[in-house]
Amino acid sequence: MSKMPHILVVDDEEAMRESLNDWLKEDGYEVGLAASGQEAIDMVRQEPWEIILLDLKMPGMDGLETLKHLKKARPDAEILMMTAYATVDTAVQAMKEGAFDYLVKPFDPDEIEILIKKILKHKELILENILLRKKLEERDQFDEIIGRSDAMQQIFELIKRVAPTDSTVLITGESGTGKELIAQAIHGNSQRCYMPFIAVSCGALPESLLESELFGYEKGAFTGAEHTKRGRFEMAHGGTLFLDEIGDISLKTQVDLLRVLQQKEFSRLGSEESIEVDVRILAATNRDLEKAIIENRFRKDLFYRLNVISIHAPPLRERKEDIPLLAKASVRKCCLELNKDEVNIASSAMKLLVDYDWPGNVRELENVIERALVIGRGEEVVAEDLPFNQRGAVGEQLPKSLKGMEKIHIERVIEEADWNVSRAARELGIDRQTLYNKIEKYEIKRG
Amino acid sequence: MKSKGDSLTLSKSITICCLGPLDRMIIEHVAGHISNRCGLHYKISSRMDPPEYAFDEKRGQYNSKLILKRLTELPHNSLKSLAITQVDLFVPILKYVFGLAQVGGECAIISTYRLRPQFYGHEPNQDLLMDRIGKTALHELGHSLGLTHCRDRRCVMHSSTNVGDTDFKRSDFCPTCFELFRWQLENCGIRIKPSMPKF
Repeated sequence: MSKMPHILVVDDEEAMRESLNDWLKEDGYEVGLAASGQEAIDMVRQEPWEIILLDLKMPGMDGLETLKHLKKARPDAEILMMTAYATVDTAVQAMKEGAFDYLVKPFDPDEIEILIKKILKHKELILENILLRKKLEERDQFDEIIGRSDAMQQIFELIKRVAPTDSTVLITGESGTGKELIAQAIHGNSQRCYMPFIAVSCGALPESLLESELFGYEKGAFTGAEHTKRGRFEMAHGGTLFLDEIGDISLKTQVDLLRVLQQKEFSRLGSEESIEVDVRILAATNRDLEKAIIENRFRKDLFYRLNVISIHAPPLRERKEDIPLLAKASVRKCCLELNKDEVNIASSAMKLLVDYDWPGNVRELENVIERALVIGRGEEVVAEDLPFNQRGAVGEQLPKSLKGMEKIHIERVIEEADWNVSRAARELGIDRQTLYNKIEKYEIKRG
Repeated sequence: MKSKGDSLTLSKSITICCLGPLDRMIIEHVAGHISNRCGLHYKISSRMDPPEYAFDEKRGQYNSKLILKRLTELPHNSLKSLAITQVDLFVPILKYVFGLAQVGGECAIISTYRLRPQFYGHEPNQDLLMDRIGKTALHELGHSLGLTHCRDRRCVMHSSTNVGDTDFKRSDFCPTCFELFRWQLENCGIRIKPSMPKF
């Protein structure tokens, strides 16, 4: 420990207090003295005493009573009981109440020195433990991305390696797998981190709007262009531009983009003037771009420009070991947002979360947790708070009646059989006529 | 009163006195040790009465805290005052002490009682006794000049909770403690040789 610990001596006898004060000060400790239990409690509330030497027998509030208050006020303080009348009973009782150890007055100088050193070592170990735990937690988290699975650890490694470069990165993965978080982590760990990170959701905008969003426009460039507007490329100058849903952009925008990537310059809509920009491009898609190239929906040259380095964000079902970690992180985050005390997740609920396939990935998990916290009333998230049913869809409750369950089951089987009634009947183990009767009875319709 | 370094004002020297009967050799040894190890001047004052006022009948020992209090009240006209006694010393919270000084205080006291090899059932050994006394004297003097315990087990300012600690450590300050010691003396207007002890 770099600084000397603060030790509080609590004893009603002045001679004891003073002699301990002298002794401890010779060791360089910061020493405080309290003549009563109440005084000690007041002092502990004001200052962070790390070790407390507490007399067991004091008038008024005795040592055991004081010990309880002190432990409550400062649980991390280690308390050494001092007594001239030691019995095993009182010592055991004090230890049960949380005292570290006890000393019989007068002490052997060796005894007190050894005990204080033992406490300091113990505190060092606790501190080391906390730091180690923090380090482990950091290992499971890269910026906002959480995951201890091998797949995620490889992604963290890749982010560390590509972040300091200026290379274009294509991030692929299903919706909700955290592609934007990966992009933010790359930006945040690059030399551009103090410059803007601008994200554009390309798929959400129609072609003309995307064009003006990306490149800006001059006043009067088109009807309604009442003033000059800077595009996202200009805004991102010196920083990073994240083009999300890049697989959804039109062929025209692909050409415009390709030009900027090749020439590092562009013009605002309605302007001849070229604007030079220094922007790092990160792109993401949930589409199979190679298939889109074959189908002539995506330009091969743009793909190669974007795909200098590729990172694939795995779907949640392929990294189920991360689910407990992600679920707990979601609970923490949601509780904070909902202004609720942090709650645990019951093991039965956690099992459901881990077993589920998560087609909507981390985003879906976050939504499920938020819903559970809003509708749940208990001190922990329980299975009943989760919206799963046997069909694996989120947002539907299972019917309680057998008839209801039968209807759902028939619907599923007949859908899977693509409304081939004979095949569905065979799978259900009933004849065709019975199945027709049930279809009629439950009013099952082809959807 | 014997004095060394008459050109110095007395207030820049260490007063050494004995409380009760004590072998003259011990006083001479402590004086020489202080002078040799840290270049401080000393004066040896006349013998004082045994500290009977500090005797605790229940414990059969002498309360060093009371002795220190009495010494502090006496005028000594020196930088620090170091008392040596052969009675067994204690402080209320501890079973015994080899010596006592307040960090940055005026006075210090040491006892030869538990430094004698005979106390531990060993044969008398004058050299060993003198070695222990010299270390204990320098240690308490260090405290009275504001030094606290040193982590280096070999340094004379390392805590001695048993005589084994005293035997293990050397008779000198470690370079850091020596520098602190020198600096504290400089703050009192005393310059000693800047050379570090061999450590």
